[in-house]
Amino acid sequence: MIVRNPVVRRIVRSVVVRRVAGTLGTLFGVAVLVFVMLRAIPGDQITAGLGTEAAALTPAQRQALELYYGLDQPLVAQFFSWLGNLFTGNLGYSARSQQSVLELTLHALPVTFELAVFSIVLALLIGVPLGMLAASRTSATGNAAGQVVSLAGLSIPAFLLATTLLSVFAASFGFNPNGQGFATLVEDPLLNLQQMFLPALVLGFGIAAPILRTTRTAVLEVRSDDFVRTARAKGVPERRLQVRHVLRNALVPIVTMTGLQFGYLLGGAVVVEQIFSVPGIGRQVLLGIQQKEYAVVQSTVLVIALAFVLVNLLTDVLYRVIDPRVRAS
Amino acid sequence: MPRGAFSAVGAAAALTLALTACSSSSGSSSSGSANGPASGGRTLVVGVTSDPDTLFPWKATQFQAVNVLQNLYGTLTEFDKDLNVVPGLAESWQTSDDGRKLTLKLRQGVTFADGSAFDSADAKASLDQIMDEKTAAVARASLSSVKSVEAPDAGTVVLELTGPDAALPANLATVNMAMLSSGDTEEKLNATPNGTGPFTLGKRVPSQSITLARNDKYWGAEKAKVASVEFRVIPDESSIVSAMQSGNVQLAVFDDPLVAQTAAGGGTITVARTPQLNYHVLQLNAQHGDLKDVNVRLAIQCAIDRKQVLDTAALGEGEVTGPITAPAYKSDPNRRPCPGRDLAKAADYLAKAGKAGGVTVKAIVSQGEYATSVNEAQNLKAQLAEAKINLELEVLESGAFVDRWVAADFDAAVALNGGRPDPDGAYGRYFTSDGNLNKVAGYSSPELDELFAQGKATTGQAERKAIYDKVAAELEDNAAWVWLFAGYTYTATTANVTGFAPMASGSLQYLRTTAVG
Repeated sequence: MIVRNPVVRRIVRSVVVRRVAGTLGTLFGVAVLVFVMLRAIPGDQITAGLGTEAAALTPAQRQALELYYGLDQPLVAQFFSWLGNLFTGNLGYSARSQQSVLELTLHALPVTFELAVFSIVLALLIGVPLGMLAASRTSATGNAAGQVVSLAGLSIPAFLLATTLLSVFAASFGFNPNGQGFATLVEDPLLNLQQMFLPALVLGFGIAAPILRTTRTAVLEVRSDDFVRTARAKGVPERRLQVRHVLRNALVPIVTMTGLQFGYLLGGAVVVEQIFSVPGIGRQVLLGIQQKEYAVVQSTVLVIALAFVLVNLLTDVLYRVIDPRVRAS
Repeated sequence: MPRGAFSAVGAAAALTLALTACSSSSGSSSSGSANGPASGGRTLVVGVTSDPDTLFPWKATQFQAVNVLQNLYGTLTEFDKDLNVVPGLAESWQTSDDGRKLTLKLRQGVTFADGSAFDSADAKASLDQIMDEKTAAVARASLSSVKSVEAPDAGTVVLELTGPDAALPANLATVNMAMLSSGDTEEKLNATPNGTGPFTLGKRVPSQSITLARNDKYWGAEKAKVASVEFRVIPDESSIVSAMQSGNVQLAVFDDPLVAQTAAGGGTITVARTPQLNYHVLQLNAQHGDLKDVNVRLAIQCAIDRKQVLDTAALGEGEVTGPITAPAYKSDPNRRPCPGRDLAKAADYLAKAGKAGGVTVKAIVSQGEYATSVNEAQNLKAQLAEAKINLELEVLESGAFVDRWVAADFDAAVALNGGRPDPDGAYGRYFTSDGNLNKVAGYSSPELDELFAQGKATTGQAERKAIYDKVAAELEDNAAWVWLFAGYTYTATTANVTGFAPMASGSLQYLRTTAVG
């Protein structure tokens, strides 16, 4: 849509500017916070690498290692040196992997993105239909099933479900594609889908619970609206009524919840990635923290924060697509 | 909508079935993946929880890094499977009569992975750089007796020593003493390792896998039996067991007795137990508070039933130990003032220290550094409480624990310390007054200094054993620390793996003799 009115155009521009400025401010805040928090954690790259052997270092050896890892610089200089790397685009360097953080992230982020999409799809496939069933006054069984799935999804820890599924499938059926080297979607689509299936199922099951609950509440609320009664009185078929009228009008809270969960998933599902050996962004951050690779953690967290912001933006755009009232306002 | 709901759930179920159906092909392809890329062998897949944190051998202390690097690099001497020192890149060595000169004759015809020849110039450059503080090599202290290194000809290296050092040949056998090509740098080797070992670097995918290819120019009589070895990163030990059950991984080393039991329980995996050199210990800092008094330390020793700690924390998987765990020098665990738990004696010692009412000792414990740490600490606390000794536990994240340990900022520490094949290497650095870890050990004495000096100056195995028995007695009689137990290393292999020899050091050196059927 082309905005012709200069006043409206100015307003739109100021909204965009405010939004971009807010995003940059948020990202800078995240950067400072992560930088400070990492330095507050006891230990550094030297003790993380050498462990208790670090006690045997002479002062000159320690000094040489501080120089090697750039720890000899004052904290402010370290911060701005890293910030400089952000602007040059390589996001810093990982001595452990012998790669720039950008290269590492370009490998890990698509893996996490794929896992997040796969998980969300499974969560929606489980959560939305069961949520609608649970909201149905006519189906007591559906309601009970919804309550059980919702309770199970919220209360079964992901690590327990993941370990159980992995052990049972491997021991009983010899099914453990995650035991093979990880294949990307491009390298081997079939193996990749197999490797993603169980982790996505575990994550999807956990996420299905809040989606189910949100769907149930939203559907119950919309169902009592006048327009639903009117449509039913006009003889709209029940199936069409539920999908075209009820579900569509209940979508906003469902999209909000899905967007939130998707944002969290982009932050990396560390435990599930660990158990199923999925080389995603969560594992990248965890390894960075374990090895005290400050640049890896700082840059990756920033990428995650940016992804979260973008997902929120996308969610806002989706509101406009699915709800004409938002467009109108 | 119910029908719609059911179709959605049905679609999910169909996806499940479709993917599970594909699983049979993945199962067979896993065994297919064992076919190596090179001719004359297959690929052995080793499950590891982490990839190496460095590929530079002089700075590698992480277990996974050491295991990869010792298959890529060669050392002047080596350990055999019983931890005896045997020739490596040095065919033979001789100590002068006064013990102040060690002459090593180098093996001829050895080449690095890049094809360049290994000679005495490389050996001299390597040893000189390890001794240089600027290199920050972790094994520098092991060469403290070396005054200078000479290379009189291409096949000979001479080490001039400040005094006799019988432990030196053993010290030269660790991967931290790897021989590098004189032109190589840390930066270069971190990207492309260049060693003389039985394998060369094939491919590395950071955080996922590192694959080594057989080095057909390896100097050993037998080349590696497999074409390649893939160290596959599976961060969770239980997931490694699952990968072995499904045939995707053929070999793994576990520390956690519970995981080893799970692996052995399925019947498809063989688990070999090897007593470890590493030992579980309650370190006492004799420079701190009440622990300065030997009677308080002895009271702690007497109040602990080591077998109970072992049974409670580690499912009984291990052996109660004295200070020295190396097979050739093993100390008698019962040669101590309190061979068994004796609360009456503990009370006597406390009374002698003027602390009949009890004492409080603060202990640091690492959370997650190794599987049994917190369980050990809790059992120790319970046992000591019965002797009026209040062990206040401070459970720390592993980074915080290392920080406090390195700074010797503790009264006591529940720790799993690395053992070494030679007792001088294992304890000289802790319990001699000028040892580089003496601050952490918290104890030294003129008697120990003298005994360690004697141990270095004596070459006969039997004579050295007698000396280190006295060292162990001195440590136990003064309750420098309370040695608890040594656990097992569990080597798990699938049925088609043969020829692997597990070592007490946990080393994977014998991957070169391992075959996959």
